[in-house]
Amino acid sequence: MKRLLFSVLAFGLLLTSAQAQTAVQPEQAYAENIQIGLSTDRITITTDFSGADLTIFGALNDVDPQFARQNRYDVVVVLEGPARPVVVRRKDRVLGMWINTQSETFVNVPISYSVATTRPLQDIAQPATYQRLSLGADYMYLQPRDRDALPITIEEFTAALRERKETTGLYSERIGGVQFLSPNLFRATLELAPNVPLGTHRARAFLFKQGLFVRETSAYLAIQKSGLEQSIYRAAHDYSLLYGIFAVALAIVTGWLGRLIFSRD
Amino acid sequence: MNIYLPIAEMSVNGLVVLLMGGAVGFLSGLFGVGGGFLITPLLIFYNIPPAIAVATGANQVIASSMSGALAHFRRRTLDFKLGFVLLVGGIFGSSIGIVVFSWLRSLGQLDLFISLLYVAFLGTVGGLMLVESVNTLRKQRSGAPASLKRAGQHHWVHRLPLKMRFRASKLFVSVIPVLVLGAGIGFLAAIMGVGGGFIMVPALIYLLKVPTNVVIGTSLFQIIFTAAFTTIVHAATNQTVDVVLALLLMLGGVAGAQYGARAGQKLRGEQLRLLLALLVVAVALRLAFDLFVQPADIYSLGPLGEF
Repeated sequence: MKRLLFSVLAFGLLLTSAQAQTAVQPEQAYAENIQIGLSTDRITITTDFSGADLTIFGALNDVDPQFARQNRYDVVVVLEGPARPVVVRRKDRVLGMWINTQSETFVNVPISYSVATTRPLQDIAQPATYQRLSLGADYMYLQPRDRDALPITIEEFTAALRERKETTGLYSERIGGVQFLSPNLFRATLELAPNVPLGTHRARAFLFKQGLFVRETSAYLAIQKSGLEQSIYRAAHDYSLLYGIFAVALAIVTGWLGRLIFSRD
Repeated sequence: MNIYLPIAEMSVNGLVVLLMGGAVGFLSGLFGVGGGFLITPLLIFYNIPPAIAVATGANQVIASSMSGALAHFRRRTLDFKLGFVLLVGGIFGSSIGIVVFSWLRSLGQLDLFISLLYVAFLGTVGGLMLVESVNTLRKQRSGAPASLKRAGQHHWVHRLPLKMRFRASKLFVSVIPVLVLGAGIGFLAAIMGVGGGFIMVPALIYLLKVPTNVVIGTSLFQIIFTAAFTTIVHAATNQTVDVVLALLLMLGGVAGAQYGARAGQKLRGEQLRLLLALLVVAVALRLAFDLFVQPADIYSLGPLGEF
């Protein structure tokens, strides 16, 4: 009886101490904040562009010094390209030939998706957290156009899409790409693939504290072609007929000049 | 030397593309064909998206045909009237071809269709040429006089109505087969990104009995226009013509063609035909191989087809 009382007492004590802890926490709580800065808000791609590294600097405000010392803050930085609908097609053997048969359309697929992290993603937080945040190539939500498609089919095509994007270098992940320069300052190095899409990219930084998501911030970055490439691209899309006529004229002139320069008969 | 292609949206090695154009130009100068049937598959092997390879291939064909046709014009081996009738058919054919092209693209079957057409046509034409040139060479070796002349023969093509006289070709023939031939080649030009010279030349020689010396000039002449029309329509409807890529190919091609033409003068006609046949068959086999062998990745991504 005495023993039981003791254990109840102990339990009560434990409870109060737990309560005390939660009660105390708001005082000690740190309102961590994350900020990132881009040195430029536009990047211009020239004819000789063959991929590049993009460095983003960021700062954490109001961090718990003890946590920071123990490296228990994690940062994930993502550069997300413009989203487009994408059709994923699968080839199957028909009459001995490999032919596109099944396909699945996804409504909003980022053309590029480059990630830099302090540690491997699976070590930072739970998959469920990433899924909720739609963060990381493996966890982001890709909305299929056909809502009645079987989940297993969607899964198969989503995986294939990721795989294709990774082999073409458009989706990349750099573990250790985020480095802390001081407890408050970090530097993220992201990969810009040679075939990085043009348009408005969104840089997003996520702060995790001991596996829990704390805060997110974002900035925009425009990637454009340099003068000539941009004009050609725009002309091809805005004045497509004139562009076609120009292409033909160019070919005729080249052919004619070639004849003039080389003809010896 | 990396060069960014604004339409294909990718970097390529400029030197490789120049050499590619040069090699194809050399062969086209050697054999008197536009070279489109080589450039498009080459671009596809080099990872250029097929839709862009086709449209840009058509663009570069204009340049090589132009410089070839000019040479024939100077030698008066060009039948403008025949070329014009072929052209009327050609414009009609390539209009249909472009509609079919964007429809197939939206279905995701464009690559398959392009490959199948290439395998079928290159295989057939290459195979026939191979047999013909080997037979000629064998006959020559056994001492028999080589003869391709069958001028006296008439077959069903010559019994059709609506006859027209083509003076430069010394022909009096119905316009129907000429228009149909032009349309067929226009259709192929639009879908395959070729001028169609490798089909046009044998068809004019064997079906319409046009004298061989007039055939190449006339075929090149009409290809300029068919390819120009194809290029403009592809640019307007699919936005798939990459002028930077086309210019690189043209520069290489025009230079290569001159050396090819000079090399061609050192070879005999049958030998040239045999070599061309081997080349055509090799391209066909390579494409067939891709069609029948399991691809490294059975999945592919594409933009949402807008039709």
